[in-house]
Amino acid sequence: MFSILKPRSTNEPLPGMVEKRGASLWLTHVLMILGVLVVFFPIWLAFVASTVSQPEIVSPPMPLLPGDQFLENYKRALFSGINVPVATMLFNSLIMALGISFGKIAISLLSAFAIVYFRFPGRNVFFWMIFITLMLPVEVRIVPTYEVVAGFGMLNSYSGLIFPLIASATATFLFRQFFMTIPDELAEAARVDGASPMRFFFDIVLPMSRTNIAALFVILFIYGWNQYLWPLLITTDPDMNTIVMGIKQMFPSGDDTADWPVIMATSMLAMIPPVIVVVSMQKLFIRGLVDSEK
Amino acid sequence: MEKRVTFRGLTLPLLLVLPQILISGVFFFYPAGQAIWQSLFIPDPFGLSSQYVGLGNFEFLLSDEYYRASFITTAVFSILVTLVCMLPALLLALLADRLIKGAGTYRTLLIWPYAVAPAVAGVLWLFMFNTRVGVISWYLGQLGYDWNHVLNDKEAMGLVVVASAWGRISYNFLFFFAALQAVPKSVVEAAAIDGARFWQRTFSIVLPLISPTMFFLLVVNVVYSFFETFGVIHTITSGGPQQATTILVYKVFADGFIGQDLGSSAAQSVILLFVVGALTVIQFKFVEKRVHY
Repeated sequence: MFSILKPRSTNEPLPGMVEKRGASLWLTHVLMILGVLVVFFPIWLAFVASTVSQPEIVSPPMPLLPGDQFLENYKRALFSGINVPVATMLFNSLIMALGISFGKIAISLLSAFAIVYFRFPGRNVFFWMIFITLMLPVEVRIVPTYEVVAGFGMLNSYSGLIFPLIASATATFLFRQFFMTIPDELAEAARVDGASPMRFFFDIVLPMSRTNIAALFVILFIYGWNQYLWPLLITTDPDMNTIVMGIKQMFPSGDDTADWPVIMATSMLAMIPPVIVVVSMQKLFIRGLVDSEK
Repeated sequence: MEKRVTFRGLTLPLLLVLPQILISGVFFFYPAGQAIWQSLFIPDPFGLSSQYVGLGNFEFLLSDEYYRASFITTAVFSILVTLVCMLPALLLALLADRLIKGAGTYRTLLIWPYAVAPAVAGVLWLFMFNTRVGVISWYLGQLGYDWNHVLNDKEAMGLVVVASAWGRISYNFLFFFAALQAVPKSVVEAAAIDGARFWQRTFSIVLPLISPTMFFLLVVNVVYSFFETFGVIHTITSGGPQQATTILVYKVFADGFIGQDLGSSAAQSVILLFVVGALTVIQFKFVEKRVHY
């Protein structure tokens, strides 16, 4: 009955109280792997479909292991596509995503710097204006925004794709929060040394914000790349389609059978860039997520 | 919160905020104002003139059977999406939290779907459940279940819910996992010494401790299901069959761009504006709480 007091043999490692060992540990791994497999299944199936031929898909059930048409399907998608070569759509998406990320980061850095390091009339009004733009997603004001963009003749243009989507102030808000944490002594020292505000911005503030900028870049890149409704409205010319909205345009209207291998190859191509960005910059990405939701 | 040390000058700060003011003004405030203005008018069918109707558009909307149905559809849709993305994420996070080795690998794998655009997710799920070539619909057929989301309301709703929630599981997993890792091990171990089993510990200690994260995710997921699921619905069902999957945001698009009913679409935008406002207030309240735990 006193076995609980029996001294532990010294070469046996001390297990943590709640960490699992043995069978239970394996069960956890098995469940975890099952979960990952279920979550991954749609992507796997899309990949398989992008490597087999159309007849293999239209006579169900389609195979669950990759076929030998990989090169053929991707070549067809990239260089001929259905309405427009997918390579063109990839390029458009890249321009849009980069334009949104860099544009938003640039204007937000500047205005956040002005709000934090200057006192100017209208500063508070400006701050509240920014706050309001946090609340309204583009989906809610699509019709009038469309009219504005059409009025400027920006339909089917990169600027039409980019500008309306950088008109929100999440990033400004974020940079403001970060600039507030920069020690006052730095600004003081810069002023004593006679550095101009812009010198201070470029030599001190900008280098210090590197991580925040990178984290925000990851989030904004994905946000821009994954836009659907806005490009759908304003790019009527197939040459300006982005890849995410272009996939739906590849489905035939009416009763014809869709060209599934090419559509699924396009879907894979549409998800690869954001997946690479997220997975390779995982730490920054998680930081960006947490920052932008704060 | 204010900075003690600031720079002097007037032109420079105004120049610095100018780009943002211009872009927000032209592409945000002006269109938002237009939406409010247009919601008070009914344009004639040729778009040549419009007639002031005051709150007529709103009165009409709120008595419109289809619009009210769309409210209910949105409520059902967002509750389901929130549940379907939070529960699996929580389970996976609880499992990953039990592991010392390998949790990082699972996290890397589970992040993937987050990067997949809602519209692409829609295409992937449409492919699996396609009535002619879909793998899952075919196996369901073998089991004697005739899947047809093109005709069946409930199946259409189920499909858009799962497709919308799928990529969101990653997002929720990341937040749950981080929250679980922050729960002090000593508390959990103390409970274990007192003889509490895993599920007892989870329900009476761990979940209450991470409740701020849960509330936060709840609000964020509702906002997501309201505004960011357009791509999924447009690719899979286009709001159909009939209007079974027409959520509010989809209706703004359908009435404004397909139906060309600008007054009604603008009024719907204004109503959504209030919905977003309310959600944002709730969000900030919960975020405040979240910071203090």
